[in-house]
Amino acid sequence: MLLERNNRSSFLQEIEGKREVEISSCFQCKKCSNGCPVNFAMDIMPHKIIHMIRLGLKDEALKSSTIWACASCETCTTRCPNNIDIAKLMDALRQMATDSGFDTAQKDVPVFHSAFLSSIKKRGRIHELGMIGEYKLKTGDFMKDSRLGWEMFKRGKLKILPSGVRGRKEIRGIFDEAGRRKRS
Amino acid sequence: MRVSYYPGCSLEGSARDYDESLRAVFDVLGIELREVEDWNCCGASSAHITDDFLSAALPMRNLEIAEKENNDLLIPCMACFNRLKSAEKAAIGEIKTDVKTSYKGKIKIKHILDFLSEDSNLASIGRFVKKPLTGIKVVSYYGCLYARPPKITDVTDYEDPRSMDKLINILGAESKPWSFKTDCCGGNLALTRIDIVRRLSNNLFDMAVEAGADCIAVACPLCHANLDTRQKEISDEYGKGYYLPVFYITELIGLSMGHSDVEKWLRRHLVDPMGLLRSVGLM
Ligand code: SF4
Ligand code: SF4
Repeated sequence: MLLERNNRSSFLQEIEGKREVEISSCFQCKKCSNGCPVNFAMDIMPHKIIHMIRLGLKDEALKSSTIWACASCETCTTRCPNNIDIAKLMDALRQMATDSGFDTAQKDVPVFHSAFLSSIKKRGRIHELGMIGEYKLKTGDFMKDSRLGWEMFKRGKLKILPSGVRGRKEIRGIFDEAGRRKRS
Repeated sequence: MRVSYYPGCSLEGSARDYDESLRAVFDVLGIELREVEDWNCCGASSAHITDDFLSAALPMRNLEIAEKENNDLLIPCMACFNRLKSAEKAAIGEIKTDVKTSYKGKIKIKHILDFLSEDSNLASIGRFVKKPLTGIKVVSYYGCLYARPPKITDVTDYEDPRSMDKLINILGAESKPWSFKTDCCGGNLALTRIDIVRRLSNNLFDMAVEAGADCIAVACPLCHANLDTRQKEISDEYGKGYYLPVFYITELIGLSMGHSDVEKWLRRHLVDPMGLLRSVGLM
């Protein structure tokens, strides 16, 4: 019982403290879940995730398919009667899941974001072809979208050579600083 | 008039048609576009999903550079617009951030739609219309991040935006009312959760047809990527046979101006708009 209470407070505290997403005023009206365009692909509805945070059910929340299905469309945040930033909450949960090396429900999504960020870190801009190549290498899925890739290539929509910024040092500095903050 | 322009990464590659048509239209209007010097990627969804510091610091560098140039800053992509506006709010203290910045918030950050639909620009576009787009019925699709959340975007009519509809009407086309203007197409899941993208986009096609539209207008490279690039596979999967060309708003403006490069832009689309344009005598 005591353990449960500690758990509860630590998950909620982490969300409201370190991650700075205020959720206490939620009265479980379900407006977020009802208006969510992706709710069909979620195992736990967004309002339920909030309830689980209160109960301290951290593992369950971080393992849910919900956080990786969320398309960050901001509908929930815009409509919540209590101004709860649910889209930001989804960001916080995804960050917690990746930071703690969780075996996430949808591995491809975090792999994609890391390929995307590493493309920026290298050149300061996204080189679509290079970024998609890295993503495919990491997921081993070369067939998905290969026809589309060809159709786009024919139409000059895939830039072959990457462009980059001159201020790469500054960009690197930003990434280094982000890394330091994460570790501290 | 001179404005700063932040194209964003997609407009250098998969959305070249958007960049080319945008530059062409501004040229005709006599508005000088100054690309933000040495701009970098805004970090898009990947940054905010991964790390709060990165998601504010990456767009902030662009704002600092643009502020020195001291013009209004125009952005063609909904996702970039949202990230740069969000950095602006962080810089002026409306949202919390650890990022230190010299950006003071002195310049105006505008999505291309906001800028082009301002009264004086709308009137100017109207004067350049040589070939009114009579006979085409368009639904305007704004996507998620143009309007939401309003505390970041400062868009007031966020449930029913009008800026693109105004533009469509001044070009002589008919903008069809529908209530899916700001529904989600799956945006940042484009390469990861294709299942979700297909279902959401299929719904948008269905509703566009029901609204009586024969094409869709967009003002974002990510919306175009989902709705144009994937239209055929979605059509096949749902057994629908959709034919809904997806135009960037700047392509429609260029078309109405009778611009000589129109075909070059439109040839880059996967859903070939020529059939539609011929059927109404615009090609
Ligand atoms: S809309 Fe807001 S108050 Fe209602 S359930 Fe969702 S988070 Fe809670
Ligand atoms: S931001 Fe995520 S949780 Fe909120 S409505 Fe959009 S998809 Fe659903």
